[in-house]
Amino acid sequence: MGILEVKNVGKRFGGLQALSDVNLSVQEHTVHAIIGPNGAGKSTLLNCFVGKLIPDTGSVMFNGQSVLGLKPHQINQMGISRVFQTPEIFSDLNVLENVMISCFAKRDGAFRLHPFETVAHEVDIVEEAEQMLIDVNMIDKRHMNAASMSRGDKRRLEMAMCLAQKPKLLLLDEPTAGMARADTNNTIDLLKEINEKLDITMAIIEHDMHVVFSLADRITVLAQGTPLVEDTPENIKGHPKVKEAYLGEAA
Amino acid sequence: MKMLGLSKKDTTFLLIVIALTLLTPILLQPFPASSTLAQFNAGYPDLMQRFAIFGIFAIGFNILFGLTGYLSFGHAAFLGVGSYSVVWMYKLLGYNVVPGLILAIIVSALFALLIGFVSLRRSGIYFSILTLAFAQMCYNLAYSVLTPLTNGETGLQVYTNDAQVLMGENSPTSPHFFGIVMNESATWNVGGWQFVFNNGYYFTAIIAILVFYLSLRIFRSPFGLMLRAIKTNQTRLNYTGINTRPYTLAAFVISGMYAGLAGGLMASMDPLAGAERMQWTASGEVVLMVILGGAGTLMGPILGAGFIKYFENIFSKINDQVLHGWFAFLPDGLENFLIGVSHFFVGKSWHLTLGLLFMLVVIFLPGGLVEGGQRIANAFRKRKSGGDDAETEAQPSAAE
Amino acid sequence: MDAIILQILNGLDKGSAYALIALGLTLIFGTLGVVNFAHGALFMIGAFVAVTLQRILSLSYEQIDPEKTDFLGNPLKVQVPYVDSWFGADVGAWLIDWSVPIAIVMAIPVMLLVGFIMERGLIKHFYKRPHADQILVTFGLAIVLQELVKYFFGANPIQTGAPDAFAGSMDFGSLLGFPPNSIMYPYWRLVYFLFAAIVIGGVFAFLQFTTFGMVVRAGMADRETVGLLGINIDKRFTLMFGLAAAVAGVAGVMYTPILAPNYHMGMDFLVLSFVVVVVGGMGSLPGAVAAGFLLGILQSFASMNEIKSLIPGIDQVIIYLVAIIILLTRPRGLMGRAGVMEE
Repeated sequence: MGILEVKNVGKRFGGLQALSDVNLSVQEHTVHAIIGPNGAGKSTLLNCFVGKLIPDTGSVMFNGQSVLGLKPHQINQMGISRVFQTPEIFSDLNVLENVMISCFAKRDGAFRLHPFETVAHEVDIVEEAEQMLIDVNMIDKRHMNAASMSRGDKRRLEMAMCLAQKPKLLLLDEPTAGMARADTNNTIDLLKEINEKLDITMAIIEHDMHVVFSLADRITVLAQGTPLVEDTPENIKGHPKVKEAYLGEAA
Repeated sequence: MKMLGLSKKDTTFLLIVIALTLLTPILLQPFPASSTLAQFNAGYPDLMQRFAIFGIFAIGFNILFGLTGYLSFGHAAFLGVGSYSVVWMYKLLGYNVVPGLILAIIVSALFALLIGFVSLRRSGIYFSILTLAFAQMCYNLAYSVLTPLTNGETGLQVYTNDAQVLMGENSPTSPHFFGIVMNESATWNVGGWQFVFNNGYYFTAIIAILVFYLSLRIFRSPFGLMLRAIKTNQTRLNYTGINTRPYTLAAFVISGMYAGLAGGLMASMDPLAGAERMQWTASGEVVLMVILGGAGTLMGPILGAGFIKYFENIFSKINDQVLHGWFAFLPDGLENFLIGVSHFFVGKSWHLTLGLLFMLVVIFLPGGLVEGGQRIANAFRKRKSGGDDAETEAQPSAAE
Repeated sequence: MDAIILQILNGLDKGSAYALIALGLTLIFGTLGVVNFAHGALFMIGAFVAVTLQRILSLSYEQIDPEKTDFLGNPLKVQVPYVDSWFGADVGAWLIDWSVPIAIVMAIPVMLLVGFIMERGLIKHFYKRPHADQILVTFGLAIVLQELVKYFFGANPIQTGAPDAFAGSMDFGSLLGFPPNSIMYPYWRLVYFLFAAIVIGGVFAFLQFTTFGMVVRAGMADRETVGLLGINIDKRFTLMFGLAAAVAGVAGVMYTPILAPNYHMGMDFLVLSFVVVVVGGMGSLPGAVAAGFLLGILQSFASMNEIKSLIPGIDQVIIYLVAIIILLTRPRGLMGRAGVMEE
């Protein structure tokens, strides 16, 4: 029984069958990659996990509980954090405040009215956030405005915000999209480090084979809305069906 | 020195605000009463009361607009509700302002809860239009079917046959705070100067300081942090496990209560309440104050409110005679030309100046007067330290 | 039955005005992506163009009338409009009488110019700024325009009559077989409705059948792509802004006999027109027109005594109530696309 169990999920947009009969099981403490050519339905599938879309058929169970119909913030409180394709951070706030918000969300839940406490006096939260920034090597930037950082640092910050919540499952939506090779390698290193240090479960949606093969324990190949194969990286490499799917796209 | 749970910097800041507020009757009276410059004095009780009251209104509006970015065009409704509540308490109980103000805050909170609950289901311009629609409904109803409650166009006021059950033999016959009558003042003549210390002003000023302190605490609280995060990126907040709706609703209700209190204080100074206070132009005015001063900053709304009310007073007083006095030294043709041009901006045309000012601020200085001040200060600092601004940039983004 | 027809008719003229203003608002929003709070002011400027023209035509000089004397027996001084002495008394009188429709000729170039200046001078710089900034700056502009009009024309409404030919009312009922005088409808309101229908038809035809209109519609659907095609969209959008201003302006000109122009009419109509746009669906032209007429008619039904006695005050709030219900149940409005302007 995996931490994330996807059964018979289907989703249709008008005339387009974006997903059909998707079955997937993400095991705890593994890195599971979902790859596939453009338009294979990767992002649609991810959106079904986080509450942005509700599939027409099938079920998505997280930790034995259905996430269907729940709001994004409820799903997050269950333990799923998400990294976006383009980093979504609080650009008007400084780096430390960005991470502190995650810590507050973890401690106080979806809503708590605390209008008269002072942020600076919440020593536990400040320490926790600072520790997180030390872990990702950003502590020297803690007073910097988030908007003024490089793209790579924004990605790193977003990752730190997700990790500060100590999620049971971290979803990454093309974490290296649009990055230069050097940045991509940095991100891979960061993810590897996180994986070793925190022993976290990760699901990565990715286009870049290099990233996938450096990180994943298991890989699911998606094509035209259905899983083609699911196997270890070694077996996926050179799998005829996978080649066909990708070459088909290239031609 | 730290006090009241504030950092050292904030404590100093609060103390300055307190000092300025309490000394306003002196500070705004810089010119001797007999001098020609006395027309620029602003130490009049009713003007100072307006400073404080609109300051409260703007501080509250800033908690919503400045922190969350939700632009309400309907806050005048709460202002009106507050005024009506206070006058009703005069009519039923007597002229003590306390029951009325309490009722004003409660009723406006209820209104804000209802309007906010519905309006906050949408964001952006839809939110603005929903709040506008609610406020216009309140305004229209106050003029028509709700006449028994609002006394329609005449406005709600106290009549001699009203119950006023708590009125004793010796109770004051105008608004008072446990016997301290609002419209009484002490006058102090020193040399050519004349200073007026008005009970009503000090009453509103002390409340203003109190609510300013509250807003300072809100700005520095985790709640305030969440509100600023809402303005920046709601998507991220949702995917961080935060339900944004109750936060925005809380901000909306708090700012509605501030507006209700401000409306109540208006009726505490002058025992009248009219529907025109609910008109959407009144909502526009508070938006203006906050933008002009600097939305999202602590000092901005107060500066904006003071600025607008001061110049409203000065500009509307300037008439032909005054203008002739100013330009008398010029040749006749030029004098008349300048007076003609000035006409557009002074006297009854004060709103024109206001509109222009508003446009200029939005175009050139979106951060308002506070940002303007900071820019000037930064320019000075740069010149001093030889262009080393790395430190200023690394400042925490917390608003001043 | 006749009462219902009467209310529908009564709603038409107000609905026409809403529809015309909302049409311009939607054009500007759809093409430029700008929320224009000064659009009501354009409607008001149009109305005051009519007032100005009437004043110009009525400019007169004093003349001693040899045939008339005052009650003391002195020769009577009379005011003779210049137009009378230039074109003869008949043509002069006709010109003054017909000043409102004639004002359209003057209003179109004036409004186009005002629109161009506004777009090039101010709005252009706000394309990339947040909607809140656009609202605020155009709100400031609306205050300025309204105060200028107040400065030159005063605070009181200025009565501006329709041509005498349209002064009376039409017995609409007898046309439909009802007893005479059961449905009386002022001619001018009928004229206004027809005028609005022609303008709306004209705008739609322009957008539908000209290359220019095609590009603009494409731009409304997807601005970036059209920009990528190498079409200079900016120039067209400036023209579009002028067109929207002209539509609002002529709507204002023709409305003067129905509502005596005053300086705050722009703001009054703006608030309602925004509600109309939202009900119709932000960015949908047919939606704006349909919602304009729908709300105009609903408002006139709500002001029937029978309805008012049933739900007191409903006439004051009906439009807002409808807007609130629509926004909450169908945020995209009657005919809008989903997701427009939801930030």
